[in-house]
Amino acid sequence: MKAKDIAELMDEPACEHNKKEKSGCAKPKPGATDGGCAFDGAQIALLPIADVAHVVHGPIACAGSSWDNRGTRSSGPTLYRIGMTTDLTEQDVIMGRGEKRLFHSIKQAVEDYNPPAVFVYNTCVPALIGDDVDAVCKTAEARWGVPVIPVDAAGFYGTKNLGNRIAGDAMVKYVIGHREPEPLPESVQRPGIKVHDVNLIGEYNIAGEFWYVLPLLDELGIRVLCTLSGDARFHEVQTMHRAEVNMMVCSKAMLNVARKLQERFGTPWFEGSFYGITDTSQALRDFARCIGDDDLSQRTEALIEREEQRIRKALEPWRQRLDGKRVLLYTGGVKSWSVISALQDLGMKVVATGTKKSTEEDKARIRELMGDDVKMLDEGNPKALLTTVRDYQADILIAGGRNMYTALKARIPFLDINQEREFGYAGYDGMLELVRQLALTIESPVWQSVRRPAPWEATASQGDLLSVQEAGAGL
Amino acid sequence: MNNIVKMAPGQSGVIKKRKKALSVSPLKTSQTVGGALAVLGVARAVPLMHGSQGCTAFAKVFFVRHFREPVPLQTTAMDQVSSVMGADDNIVEALKVICEKSAPALIGLVTTGLAETQGADIKRAVGEFRKQYPQFVGTAVTAVNTPDFSGSFESGFALTVKGILQTLVPEVDPEAPRAGLRHKQINVLCGANLSPTDLEFVAESIESFGLRPLLIPDLSGSLDGHLADEPFSPVTTGGVTVADIATAGESLATLAVGESLHSCAQWLEKHTAVPTHCFGHLMGLESVDQWFHTLSQLSGRPVPERWVRQRKQLQDAMLDTHFMLGLSRVAIASDPDMLTGFTRLLQGMGAEVVTAVVPTQGPALKTLHDVPVQVGDLEDLEMAAAASGAQLLLTNSHGAESAERLGIPLFRIGFPQYDVVGGFQRCWFGYRGTSQALFDLANLVLSQHHELEPYHSRYSQKHDAVPAGSYPGDVSSH
Repeated sequence: MKAKDIAELMDEPACEHNKKEKSGCAKPKPGATDGGCAFDGAQIALLPIADVAHVVHGPIACAGSSWDNRGTRSSGPTLYRIGMTTDLTEQDVIMGRGEKRLFHSIKQAVEDYNPPAVFVYNTCVPALIGDDVDAVCKTAEARWGVPVIPVDAAGFYGTKNLGNRIAGDAMVKYVIGHREPEPLPESVQRPGIKVHDVNLIGEYNIAGEFWYVLPLLDELGIRVLCTLSGDARFHEVQTMHRAEVNMMVCSKAMLNVARKLQERFGTPWFEGSFYGITDTSQALRDFARCIGDDDLSQRTEALIEREEQRIRKALEPWRQRLDGKRVLLYTGGVKSWSVISALQDLGMKVVATGTKKSTEEDKARIRELMGDDVKMLDEGNPKALLTTVRDYQADILIAGGRNMYTALKARIPFLDINQEREFGYAGYDGMLELVRQLALTIESPVWQSVRRPAPWEATASQGDLLSVQEAGAGL
Repeated sequence: MNNIVKMAPGQSGVIKKRKKALSVSPLKTSQTVGGALAVLGVARAVPLMHGSQGCTAFAKVFFVRHFREPVPLQTTAMDQVSSVMGADDNIVEALKVICEKSAPALIGLVTTGLAETQGADIKRAVGEFRKQYPQFVGTAVTAVNTPDFSGSFESGFALTVKGILQTLVPEVDPEAPRAGLRHKQINVLCGANLSPTDLEFVAESIESFGLRPLLIPDLSGSLDGHLADEPFSPVTTGGVTVADIATAGESLATLAVGESLHSCAQWLEKHTAVPTHCFGHLMGLESVDQWFHTLSQLSGRPVPERWVRQRKQLQDAMLDTHFMLGLSRVAIASDPDMLTGFTRLLQGMGAEVVTAVVPTQGPALKTLHDVPVQVGDLEDLEMAAAASGAQLLLTNSHGAESAERLGIPLFRIGFPQYDVVGGFQRCWFGYRGTSQALFDLANLVLSQHHELEPYHSRYSQKHDAVPAGSYPGDVSSH
């Protein structure tokens, strides 16, 4: 990928980060960086497209350490769960055989698995030695008669966030608009209900959680043309240009897709979240509002009233257990506010939240939700997290799986909110799973056990929160 | 998910009694078998069951299938005539024959329901044997009443341990107490459900403080599944020696492991003035902490670094596994000591023991809280587990069918374990044994992870042509 192309991707006019020095696409700082690379971001963004053969072109580390490592679920094909890589060898690199190996790899993927499309992810080594991945893809597509989509996402191009954009860009450039949606069959029509087409962008169906939401959309007569990319099919992605509205779910990462679809096809978009009762209801309202169908709006309100009443009743016993519990939330970007609303729905108090990846707009929303005295954490290192837990007397740390062991080693209850998790929290019914997991760890008797000193050293304060600082420093 | 309601504290405490006429898929193992097992933990010993030959044959099969070892076991072979006319002569004859053939160090005479119903006086019969055959004075004989119509496995074991002590530990002159003369020797009275490897932990942990463990009985010497030099032995090939048991009154302290042995330990203290420390099963952080704390105090030495390290490993394992075990619903059926040990461990992890079935009452059960305990069988277990929405079943191998019908995994504990190898020597004790138990339990919960049912939108344009499971290595079958 040329420097100019990268710069263009970095420039995302629809993103508030653009105006800020400290943007979500900031340069990584050597010696003080965690988080994935552009390849990671691109692969994560597209891997949930379930029927595609995802071929990683590079030596083993790229695919080898990342395949089959995502919580996303498919309702049908499972080809995405199969890791495919060209596994380049030293000889390939020296002799320049990478392109040839890629060409044959595509052939093998097509012949053995008969996918509707092949995605080829370019990585650092072939990018550096100059493999012409675009050309190989073009040739392979012509030769094998299956769409072969290059996703040029070498890790050194930039951060995971950039990788998400690269992925989105590849979809806009090579996939979206290449097929018309199927006409709605008569059999699924219901009298008096006009069906509207929408897309969801940035919804990954983690642990199948979108299946908590999809029945509601069905009931309202909203057809999801495509979810980019949870439980998606290649041919669904091709039809995305025909939606009446796009919802950006909980993520700014593929904002470029929403913006470009608006530019090219005039599709309006809105940002929303399915975490929490309030946000789920809001998202449903926003669909109706953007579509501008009064009947839909009315039915939506009725559904919201029914669902909220039902779920609030089901949550009541849990609410009593969680009420007033103090939370330190450390998640990326939009989730920093979307999850807050879910927790507040439960009567929990978010005492601090991570804002490392949040935009100014995100931060404004956080203030709106939580008032000015909320602690915003720009630094997410273990020590800072643990100090905050102690200073703000948090009962639980909610963060990505990477921070799980930071919390556990410091003897602090923890809830995994990121993509690797095994439980779905979206929609109204996802709240029931969320409360269960929260109660499970907060109320667990193990915390007392592991904080208590051994009887033969009754004076030591081992595991006491006071020693958190030393523990944090060692991590 | 909806029926997960925290049990109100204090809901238990009352143990539901057996109220069925018929016991279906019994959980109970007889007192006689428990008694025989205790004898098997003494070196060069033979258990002798006073009853019909079938009583012994069944017990033998029971042990052999569980331990996968030849097990010495003899019978007084009561027949029709002796059952009616009196079988005391059978005892005398059996003792004589065994002494002649094998010259064991100890014969443990345990009774069956048949003998007790008949009204056998085993003590008198042993006296008769001594009178008639004084030449066999080198073989100690313990006679214990262990009818199968009362108690169960653990109580039969405990009664027999007590009988062995009563037979072998000499009366102490109150004017010249001998307790503590062997200032490094620690008696350990070990319950019926301690595996040979549990016993090894007990011994090793005591040794690590510079103390000498005297395990009574010691199944780790006899039934640990070792390949001996001698191809056949009519007596036990290991275990605590009769001579060593005789010195129990000179030990520094007695540690009783398993609630069923506490009263036995108290008898020993009364008899010898050796002070007693009581423990449940040594599972879970707190129980093991207490164990090491006691050893540290007895020896005056600090807890060795390796145990401290293993303690930290257990704490880490507890944190890692609480995500799976927390709020998990467990049904358990076992003997009281074993059940209590596991229940405490699971509750300490935030799991809910929603069904607990014991074959008979036991002193351990008094220490339980928030558990609906009932005396019953595996049918009761199955029904209660279904009614309470259990996700995990803990019991012996007989629970396999129930688990299958319930559609939940079985975690095998206790006697008998005949459908797995090595189950008999699994270590539950200590920080390390607990860690492994937690990992295995958590893995079972993980294997049952409930995936969300895929929802297919009526409007969907997916029309998947490729059915799941059609790729080589397809892992979508969950």
